[in-house]
Amino acid sequence: MKSVAQFTINYWQYLNADGQAVAELPAFTQNPERIISLYRAMSLTRLFDQKAIALQRTGQLGTYASPLGQEAIGVAIGSAMRPEDVLIPAYRDHAAQFLRGVRMTDILLYWGGDERGMDHVEAREDFPISVPVASQCCHAVGVAYAMKLRRQSRVAVSCIGDGGTSKGDFYESLNAAGVWQLPLIFVINNNHWAISVPRSGQSATQTLAQKAIAAGIYGEQVDGNDVIAMTARMEAAIERAQQGEASVIEALSYRMSDHTTADDASRYRSQEELDKYAARDPISRLNSWLSEAGFWSEQQELALQEELAEQVDQAVKAYLATEPQPAQSMFDDLYETLPNAYQNQRDELIAAQAPADGGADHG
Amino acid sequence: MAEITLIEAVTQALAWEMANDERVLVLGEDVGVNGGVFRATVGLQQQFGAERVIDTPLAEGLIAGMTVGLAAQGLRPVAEIQFMGFIYSVLDQMLSHASRLRNRTRGRLSCPMVLRAPFGGGIHAPEHHSESTEALFAHIPGLRVVIPSSPGRAYGLLLAAMRDPDPVIFLEPKRIYRLVKEEVPDNGEALPLDVCYTLREGSDVTLVSWGAMIKETLEAADILGEKGISAEVIDVATIKPLDAVSILESVARTGRCVIVHEAARSGGVGAEIAALLAGEGLLHLMAPVQRVTGYDTVMPLFRLENHYMPSVQQIVEAAQKTLEFE
Repeated sequence: MKSVAQFTINYWQYLNADGQAVAELPAFTQNPERIISLYRAMSLTRLFDQKAIALQRTGQLGTYASPLGQEAIGVAIGSAMRPEDVLIPAYRDHAAQFLRGVRMTDILLYWGGDERGMDHVEAREDFPISVPVASQCCHAVGVAYAMKLRRQSRVAVSCIGDGGTSKGDFYESLNAAGVWQLPLIFVINNNHWAISVPRSGQSATQTLAQKAIAAGIYGEQVDGNDVIAMTARMEAAIERAQQGEASVIEALSYRMSDHTTADDASRYRSQEELDKYAARDPISRLNSWLSEAGFWSEQQELALQEELAEQVDQAVKAYLATEPQPAQSMFDDLYETLPNAYQNQRDELIAAQAPADGGADHG
Repeated sequence: MAEITLIEAVTQALAWEMANDERVLVLGEDVGVNGGVFRATVGLQQQFGAERVIDTPLAEGLIAGMTVGLAAQGLRPVAEIQFMGFIYSVLDQMLSHASRLRNRTRGRLSCPMVLRAPFGGGIHAPEHHSESTEALFAHIPGLRVVIPSSPGRAYGLLLAAMRDPDPVIFLEPKRIYRLVKEEVPDNGEALPLDVCYTLREGSDVTLVSWGAMIKETLEAADILGEKGISAEVIDVATIKPLDAVSILESVARTGRCVIVHEAARSGGVGAEIAALLAGEGLLHLMAPVQRVTGYDTVMPLFRLENHYMPSVQQIVEAAQKTLEFE
């Protein structure tokens, strides 16, 4: 007997939970503006999130999936990606989408039941979020294949949760990325819970990152609440992808919110666990480091919170002021040109909305 | 000009479009070096290279999903699913993504793709290789479902499918892959989608069918003709969207209709056509609509499959029944 394969999974962390550097920081941290921009983006995501939940609780937004406590992952993805790259997100990735240029109003429109939220003005080639878990990984394979075929130096980034890594679509996609050496990065937001099923109920593997090994691509684990580590590792993965090596980045985080606003996580997890992970918060961690380094003050924090609150308020106002689409829009863009076979159904729908003769609607 | 079979017409259409539109890719299991298990893609990899004629890993969900990604990037992928029996893991991608990408992004992204699959029974194939489940796809808004029944229509409809800006399921009746030969000019001329094809004009009864059953339906029309009954034969060809106008117009003239399909009877495209006639053609009908179909059973293994498949005789009898109705 002899051993025919071995593997190692690296774990990356630069800032510990208290915001202290535990390794030599990557070069980009020499630029405080860059770090502050990451801090701003995480703070904006959190303020937006609070507002979105408040809107849902008051009946002004539909069911909504919160990224609370996982803001560093999306911010690092959005910050590391270049405009020409393509994001293929799951449903908890609006931190990344914001940095790609998707407006907060668009995200509110989507969760508020309006398709126009997926017709964003920026990032026109990015996919809209995918609700069917892991199916988006296969799209990312096609996007990355197209990039490679056209000899472009762009990369595709696909997001997924820990639960999604149990699905065939995920394995099939990793496998294909390895076979064709695609410019593709899979980011796993391992927030430890897939609705009510914990990470331990998804897979007996020591790490989710090692699923990459079985596909012959690179895999590593990163502290997903350390935005410096996440950004550095995303940048490294983008470099690798351009050389034709796909990656899996398993970002270790924690879902501080319910699964969605329709869920009650107190049914299946303990307050002790929440308290444990609250102490590892990505935003307060970076705040500690910035403050300690002399790059951030309480006055700056107050000013930032005020500025971001204003931005969120503006987005909410624009969302609430958006008139609903005409009902027949459900037929428009169904096909490039609506087939004759369905024209009468569209007419029927329009007729059904017209006020009845005799002004019954005014009665 | 040489006469070619239906499957050769598929190859001819793929080759034409690949030569004339560099956005067209072919992908699937064994489509490259091997040229496909039925040889539909034979020679394409040699001609257009392994980057455009892609042997994929054995993963149908991946094939469909990556096809969505390729299409969203502006390419024109044509994916092959080796047999319809392996298409069911593809349903999620077609239903959840391909069919709705244009609509949900309000036209920002679209999905100009073709998914080809051989389907149907009658060739003594192994289990899972003989089903006719086209109705599953015909039920999905945003898709087109196209089924050729001759070499000429295979060529023209596949070209149209590849040029269509929306996702098309292209189901190939494998029982007649090599049954009939005809001259098919390789001129790149597409046939229209979304319309029925009237294969034979007649005045007494309308026989409506698609796919491999067109063979039996035409034979039945011959026999009926010998009996002095003039049967019109309509090949539906695009089962989604359905060309109601042509079917209604024909039945308005004949007053009688027999629907013939290999798929199980209930809940399918035949039922849709019957409902169409009941709703919009009732006053023209001189007899109840007849259906000659497969049974609502699991497709039997091949020792019994001939008992499952609709026969010429059944079609003839159904047509006669409509004429005898008082």
